Amino acid sequence: MMDLLPLIVAKYNYWLYVILMMIGLYAMIAKNNLIKKLVGMNIFQTAIILFYVSIGYKRDATIPIIQNAHGGHDAHAAVIHAADYINPLPHVLMLTAIVVSVATFGVAMALAVRVYQRYQTLEEDELRMRLVDIGPEK
Amino acid sequence: METIISIKPLLAVLVSLFVIPVLVSSSSKPNVRESWIFIAGTIKLVLVLSMLPVILDGKQIVLTLFEIAPGASIAFRVDGLGMLFAIVASSLYIVTSIYSIGYMRGLDEHGQTRFVSFFALAISATIGAAFSANLLTLYLFYEILSLATYPLVAHHQDKTSRISGRRYLTFILGTSIALVLPAMIYCYHVTGTLEFSTAGIFAGQLSKPAATVLLLMFVFGFAKAGIMPFHTWLPAAMVAPTPVSALLHAVAVVKVGVFSIVRVMTGIFGIDLLAHFNLGIVVMCIASVTILTASCIALSQDELKRRLAYSTISQLSYIIFGVALLSPQGLLGGVIHIVMHAFGKITLFFCAGAIYVATGKKYISQMSGLGKKMPFTFAAFFIGALGVIGLPPTGGFYSKWNLILGTLEAQQTIFMLVLLVSSFLNAFYFLPIVYKGFFGKSEEENDNIPVKINEANLCLVIPLVITAIISIVLFFYPTVFINLIKVGLDL
Amino acid sequence: MNNYPALIVVAPLLAALFAGLAAWIEERLSYPIALVGLAVSMFSAFKVLMQVIDSGAIQYRMAGWAPPMGIEYRIDLLNAMVLLLVSGIAFLNLIASYKSVDQEINDRAGSFYTIYLLFVTGLLGVTATGDLFNLYVLIEITSLTSYAMVALGDRDRGPLASLNYVFIGVIGASFYLLGVGYLYMQTGSLNMADVANILSGIHGSSTVLVAFILCMIGIWIKMALFPLHVWLPNAYSYSPVAFARIVAPLMTKVMVYVMIRMMITVFGREYIFETLNLADAVVWLATIAIIAGAAMAISQKNLKKMLTYIIVCEIGYMVGGAWMGNQLGMTGAILHILNDALMTFALFLAVGNMVYKLKTVDLIDLKGLFGKMPWTMTGFVLAAFSIIGVPPTCGFFSKWYLILGAFEAGAYHFAAALVISSLLCAVLFFKIFEISFFEPMSKGHGESHASVAIEEAPVSMLVVSGLVSLSLIIAGLYSGTIVNTIILPFLK
Repeated sequence: MMDLLPLIVAKYNYWLYVILMMIGLYAMIAKNNLIKKLVGMNIFQTAIILFYVSIGYKRDATIPIIQNAHGGHDAHAAVIHAADYINPLPHVLMLTAIVVSVATFGVAMALAVRVYQRYQTLEEDELRMRLVDIGPEK
Repeated sequence: METIISIKPLLAVLVSLFVIPVLVSSSSKPNVRESWIFIAGTIKLVLVLSMLPVILDGKQIVLTLFEIAPGASIAFRVDGLGMLFAIVASSLYIVTSIYSIGYMRGLDEHGQTRFVSFFALAISATIGAAFSANLLTLYLFYEILSLATYPLVAHHQDKTSRISGRRYLTFILGTSIALVLPAMIYCYHVTGTLEFSTAGIFAGQLSKPAATVLLLMFVFGFAKAGIMPFHTWLPAAMVAPTPVSALLHAVAVVKVGVFSIVRVMTGIFGIDLLAHFNLGIVVMCIASVTILTASCIALSQDELKRRLAYSTISQLSYIIFGVALLSPQGLLGGVIHIVMHAFGKITLFFCAGAIYVATGKKYISQMSGLGKKMPFTFAAFFIGALGVIGLPPTGGFYSKWNLILGTLEAQQTIFMLVLLVSSFLNAFYFLPIVYKGFFGKSEEENDNIPVKINEANLCLVIPLVITAIISIVLFFYPTVFINLIKVGLDL
Repeated sequence: MNNYPALIVVAPLLAALFAGLAAWIEERLSYPIALVGLAVSMFSAFKVLMQVIDSGAIQYRMAGWAPPMGIEYRIDLLNAMVLLLVSGIAFLNLIASYKSVDQEINDRAGSFYTIYLLFVTGLLGVTATGDLFNLYVLIEITSLTSYAMVALGDRDRGPLASLNYVFIGVIGASFYLLGVGYLYMQTGSLNMADVANILSGIHGSSTVLVAFILCMIGIWIKMALFPLHVWLPNAYSYSPVAFARIVAPLMTKVMVYVMIRMMITVFGREYIFETLNLADAVVWLATIAIIAGAAMAISQKNLKKMLTYIIVCEIGYMVGGAWMGNQLGMTGAILHILNDALMTFALFLAVGNMVYKLKTVDLIDLKGLFGKMPWTMTGFVLAAFSIIGVPPTCGFFSKWYLILGAFEAGAYHFAAALVISSLLCAVLFFKIFEISFFEPMSKGHGESHASVAIEEAPVSMLVVSGLVSLSLIIAGLYSGTIVNTIILPFLK
């Protein structure tokens, strides 16, 4: 038990993201309202995005813009230590992922609007009943 | 074994396949359609016969079409055994075509174009099976045959056809997928090849329990051979129009079944391996059970076609029985029974159909005195019956005689009893029909109306007379087939 | 250097753009544009395949950036074959879809074609890419377009089914993304070949294990492996027929391709079969998937739903084959990607014809169909035979390899499942044949049937359906060539 604690404390960021992910997953599955499910989906995806971003972090590093980059010939002579800058790649990847997440959210919202227009409700149990009412499938 | 590469086997298979579009397009002109069937059938027979001299010489014709995996290809190999079967099938196709014209027109059947098209497909598959060089090709044509004959069996499209069709497929397709397919793949897995070879393919890699299980899977898996308990499809398939019953169930479908088993036993396992593991006895017991049980059931059947069906089941197991004797004369007797039984049985079925067309009668109890009205038909029936029972002067005697000699040669004298008892039963369920037909009192006589000869139309009578005559001819000249068997099985 | 690899993916993308714009002006223009786009793509895929067969794998760098920093398209024998398959099927389906799109979605045909093209772009990109993250993006493109498509069909049930599909799809893709994240943490690279290199030294790492499991589960959700298949039947049955026809054969198969790519190229056979101990369990799972899929298919009353459960069954074949651990099994799995795509496509083409004429395809509606639509039914029959596994159709030959592989691996339960599912499929299809063959009326002998009026689907649909059914036989007979030229060299 005692050696578990430093493990948890050291990697607290991962634990945080896992908890976020589970919250999102729970919302997607257990909530009745469609919009809440959508929000859960977004939380789920955001947790993963945060996870990636945290990969790039380095202690005492700064944002990945090279200092003294512009200027004279000295710029090329200066040595760039990678350890001074956080890894930009995960951020870049996550830009893409955020776009994907937003697009998915947009599509899902459009579908939810369509569902609401048709059935006048966004609660899943009511929807189920309405589905039975409209009869057997085409 | 010298081999020649020739495209003839492929052509023989494809002839009736290519004629199908022609048949479909001439569906509104029945006479044109029928003449195309003849042309195709004759070309096929000529192609098959043209390969005969080469085979009798001791050579084989091969053609590889597609190589699927090393040792498993789609290929043709014409040897003595295959040639024998192909001659029987292609010659009887022509005869049956004449017959089916008379039958279908006589009854004004529906869907005749569909009928002849699938018939042609079925014959293609039969010839393909005959010429198969390996187990994979054989399986391929076996399956095509099963599927091509389903629309023929279910032709009438009424409730009984539907049930019978279902039973037909369940037994035939079910056993082939569940038993033959895994067994075949297992053979390939163990040996890396599926080619039929004179000494079998296993070369000592198989243990006795594995060999037994495998053999049983094949014997029961090829349910077209009608081995009990997978025989129920045969009587059920009698709902089909009689030409279908005649060719397919007396000649093509069931013969492909036994042919496959013979091929597996001689080409995959090999006589020596089977003898080594004493598996011949196992198969002989299974065959004997079928022979005797089917004969007994035949006795109890009043519907003529069903009696013939059970007789077929019984006779097919003679072929298996012969091969299982694992002795030269047993093999000879068994395999040549393919020929003799084909001609005899088809005569019987032709007669049954002629009777139905002419008088509408299906039950034996209704047929007393009918011989006076249809003397040719009943005479042919008599000859066909002799062929099946195995009495001279029909070819059937030759095969029965060899089978009996084979039991002596293999020192299985007890099994000779099986043969004798079943022959006796055969006589018992066939001869009374003939006797009552000629000597019984018909309805007209009961009403004191003079009896006139009223045969079915010529298209029906001529074929059955032809096949009856051939049955007798085969008694005197069986040499061609004997030589084919000797060449094919290295006897 | 030639740009064919990029062209395969970019052509439909540009066509989507133009088709979308053109639809603003004139709705009818979008169809020819789509046709051209897919034709170019198919042609490029063919050229690429020929090139790969001749000279080996192609490595195409997007915009000239070198990997592992740049995104690379890596085309070897496996994905060359899948690329041709995908573009070919997409193209043929487009030809066959013209009439049915007209009928089902006539007011929004432009949107249909645009989304269709984007979907195909996504699929082609998934197949061609050699970069793990690029794969995620393209999977999402594919998924998003399919969400939209599903909602385009049945007005009542479509949107809700699509929403449920969205949730599960997002979970699947996100798991994959998470897995890639773990891989990146451990290896520092996203390029598949690069990662493979680095991974070969660190088999024991638990990060890699977690990465593998997460990736696999994500992919399994996307390919509808039992029991993660629940989204498939609803999603596919409510979408418009023209779309179901392409998504059913392609999407799950491309995911199978992704799984095989991850297994062979990224993680490597040694890692999966020697270091991990999952193979047996997965083969058991596949066995259950096969039986469950076939059993559920039999209990269906609607033809479209029935076919989607058959897909679940077929996925089991491929997963089991891939995880069997021997070359024969993997050969069977890869061959089955080709064969299953073709036969599912043929089936759905036939069903599409039926829907076009009959509007609904509950089993009872199929009465007497053999008489009314003989050509469609012939195509259907051939496809059914392929699924049952009757030679010489292609389905038999992939079963051959799978059963052979099962025997060699000692996985007799898998072989038994294959045989049982063949029998169950036979029962299923013959039930359909019976209904469509035995007309409701039963006439006696003497009366001749009045010939039933043939009301077939339009010629464009028939021609495509006939072509594809024919290809089932050709692909079957030439299985040997396919295996020897493409699959075995790939597996070396």
